[in-house]
Amino acid sequence: MNLTGTITLAHGSGGRAMHQLVDDLIRRTFSNPLLEEGEDQARIPLAKLVTQGDRLAFTTDSYVVTPLEFPGGNIGTLAINGTVNDLAVGGAKPLYLSCGFIIEEGLPLETFARILQAMRLAADEAGVQIVTGDTKVVQRGGADKLFINTAGVGVIPAGFNPSAGGAQVGDVVIVNGWLGDHGAAILNARGDLALDADIETDCAPLNRLVEAMFAACPDIHCLRDATRGGLATVLNEFAERSGVDMLLKEAALPIRTPVRGMCEILGLDPLYLANEGKLVAVVPADAADAVLAAMQRIPEGYHACIIGTVEEGDGHVILKTAFGGERIVDMLPGEQLPRIC
Amino acid sequence: MKYIDEFRDPATAKKLVEEINRLTSGMFPSTSLRERSSPLAERSRSQPLQVMEFCGGHTHTLFKYGIEGMLPADIEMVHGPGCPVCVLPMSRVDDCVTIAEQPGVIFTTFGDAMRVPGTRKSLLQAKADGCDVRMVYSPMDALTIARKNPERDVVFFALGFETTMPSTALTLLQAHREGLQNFSLFCNHITTPATMRAILTDPDLKLDGFLAPGHVSMVIGVHPYDFVTRDYHKPLVITGFEPLDILHALWMLMKQLAEGRCEVENQYARIVPEAGNVAGLKAIAEVYETREHSEFRGLGNIGDAGVQIRSAYAAYDAEKRFNLQAAASSHDPEHLKCAEVLRGVIKPWDCPAFGKDCNPQHPLGALMVSPEGSCAAYYAYGKLAKRKETA
Amino acid sequence: MCLGIPGQITELVDLDLLVAKVDIGGVKRDVIITCVVDDEHPAEECVGAWVLVHAGFAMSRLDEDEAARTLAYLAAIGDMDAELEAIRNIADALERSA
Repeated sequence: MNLTGTITLAHGSGGRAMHQLVDDLIRRTFSNPLLEEGEDQARIPLAKLVTQGDRLAFTTDSYVVTPLEFPGGNIGTLAINGTVNDLAVGGAKPLYLSCGFIIEEGLPLETFARILQAMRLAADEAGVQIVTGDTKVVQRGGADKLFINTAGVGVIPAGFNPSAGGAQVGDVVIVNGWLGDHGAAILNARGDLALDADIETDCAPLNRLVEAMFAACPDIHCLRDATRGGLATVLNEFAERSGVDMLLKEAALPIRTPVRGMCEILGLDPLYLANEGKLVAVVPADAADAVLAAMQRIPEGYHACIIGTVEEGDGHVILKTAFGGERIVDMLPGEQLPRIC
Repeated sequence: MKYIDEFRDPATAKKLVEEINRLTSGMFPSTSLRERSSPLAERSRSQPLQVMEFCGGHTHTLFKYGIEGMLPADIEMVHGPGCPVCVLPMSRVDDCVTIAEQPGVIFTTFGDAMRVPGTRKSLLQAKADGCDVRMVYSPMDALTIARKNPERDVVFFALGFETTMPSTALTLLQAHREGLQNFSLFCNHITTPATMRAILTDPDLKLDGFLAPGHVSMVIGVHPYDFVTRDYHKPLVITGFEPLDILHALWMLMKQLAEGRCEVENQYARIVPEAGNVAGLKAIAEVYETREHSEFRGLGNIGDAGVQIRSAYAAYDAEKRFNLQAAASSHDPEHLKCAEVLRGVIKPWDCPAFGKDCNPQHPLGALMVSPEGSCAAYYAYGKLAKRKETA
Repeated sequence: MCLGIPGQITELVDLDLLVAKVDIGGVKRDVIITCVVDDEHPAEECVGAWVLVHAGFAMSRLDEDEAARTLAYLAAIGDMDAELEAIRNIADALERSA
């Protein structure tokens, strides 16, 4: 397909232009046997699924990030990895994804093709297939360049049951590496604060990491990916739902220097910055070493570390500051805004 | 990060806290001090020393590092009004929204002001309703937006104490040099010494000393605070913003009290020159003049505490450009006790609205608005204190 | 109000508009240096200087000697020597004011 020019309303009209876009570009890029059947729905054989576990995991998420492309990824890689990770942190092996595009007319075809290619690569890396989808084109102003929705299914092996309410006093809290990279990368890439830093998104699939963690300890109590709202928000959910306090050690939190620098300049707290390849796990203390060792053998877990412990309490996250004091890490009332005060 | 990490060293902090402790515990029972008629002479141990950190930035450092929990019970920090977002009257936010609603306007602001409620709405809500409101990091970025959008009217919300005044003044002067026709400032700058004086004249005042804002001081210098020691006999230490700076300054202040001294001292000499910043002060004097009355949320009208743009630069004054009428002062609900909290007369939890109809999700009073406001800070901190009590 | 962060000037961007690049923990930003240049510190020689950055402006030069002095003093607080020095300083101050 000729990739010069832009996507127009004709590409969503149901006519030849749309067929070209869907068949020659989208279907060809995502190509796999289930998709190639070309029906209005993917028909997934059950027999293979039931051999892999006893429950189906099903999730959906929409992606509306600005800008569409940024260092280390684009909206497409987010759309694949985000949904893969939502399945993975439930203990599921992610298998099949759907993909819906809402395109604002005027999007360069070349940009769209680049995003599709990145989605294919991300899907291959995560070991999932995009088996069904939908494309709509809306008038200028009807959307912001491109929105993507992905839904995903996966199979949960018997016995795996992490839950936000599962944290127990004495457990330890683990993350798989540097915090806040994605949020800082997006702030940087938007350019409206005119900052220039070498920060890439941490966008990555976490399913292999989770698999290794469960192999090391089937009894992982809580597991979530720390996306919007960052580490702080996930831990607040764990603490509230489990009726315990989470005690974090600031000195143990892995944060890159440029991310810190950006936070210092803009008065932001890295604990609330978004991540796209980070998970938080609460595991029994006696399994911590084994889980950590298993994580550190996989690239997504090279920098995994223990950042805190679960204490008796009534649902708070408390940070033991590197300076020697303590403070509450609350949920934010809204989005974190840069400040100069 | 150089010049940051060194000033966050926990071992030095521990030692400083011990020294502060030694000073305060030595102070209270000392008969020699009583005889010297120091300000502490009539104190009993049940009344802790009250130190006001004037600046919201210091309040932020106190909470971010959990410093209050490290201090001896003999020291009580009173969080001052040096948070321009907290003392911004609702009527001024209304003016911002009115400007932002004008056709063709791009309203630019620091992120701090986005969430502050007006009587009608906040700037964040105005943006959601279709106004072109943009957050910038620097007033110069607003000027860049004006250059790129010659057909639009770009307004920058100039907010803050003396720290920020040189940056907005220099930006205005640059716009003037370039002959830009589509740029203006909505000036809401306020000045530190006048605000401090308003607090000091309160007959109920119990404060024993001040931590003065280091970044305001790098602009205005050391001597504008002389009246605090001379006229009101309160010791004052100009203080940096890293946690060790605060502990160091508290130690210096305790030492003054223990030795019966009352001086303006400069803990932040690495940044604050005695005479302030010459170029910055020159730009301020060129662009701004004292405003007769400025309304402060929670404190009412304070004379000579605000500035306005000189008539020579009226073309860049959004107040004139958009013909804003002097807004009727907007009163906070009557059951709020913001003013008393601001002056350290009562604690936030003594206010009947605290944590009830006034909370961080729905702030009614000024001090609940910004995370640096003492009520918002206590709201978060109170949970920790309560937890410790029950533990 | 008053978030300010120390950064180091790495490059002069525009001598007429007095714009320079500062590095703050690996993050770069163009800032206006009007407030930190004077006859004694010409713009041409500002690269390498540490400055306090606020709202896109270099607002003050960081005095590296003063920073070192403060840190040395903090390191010594509680030690006998520092106490003695503090007393000497007070004595000096009293003498000066007398």
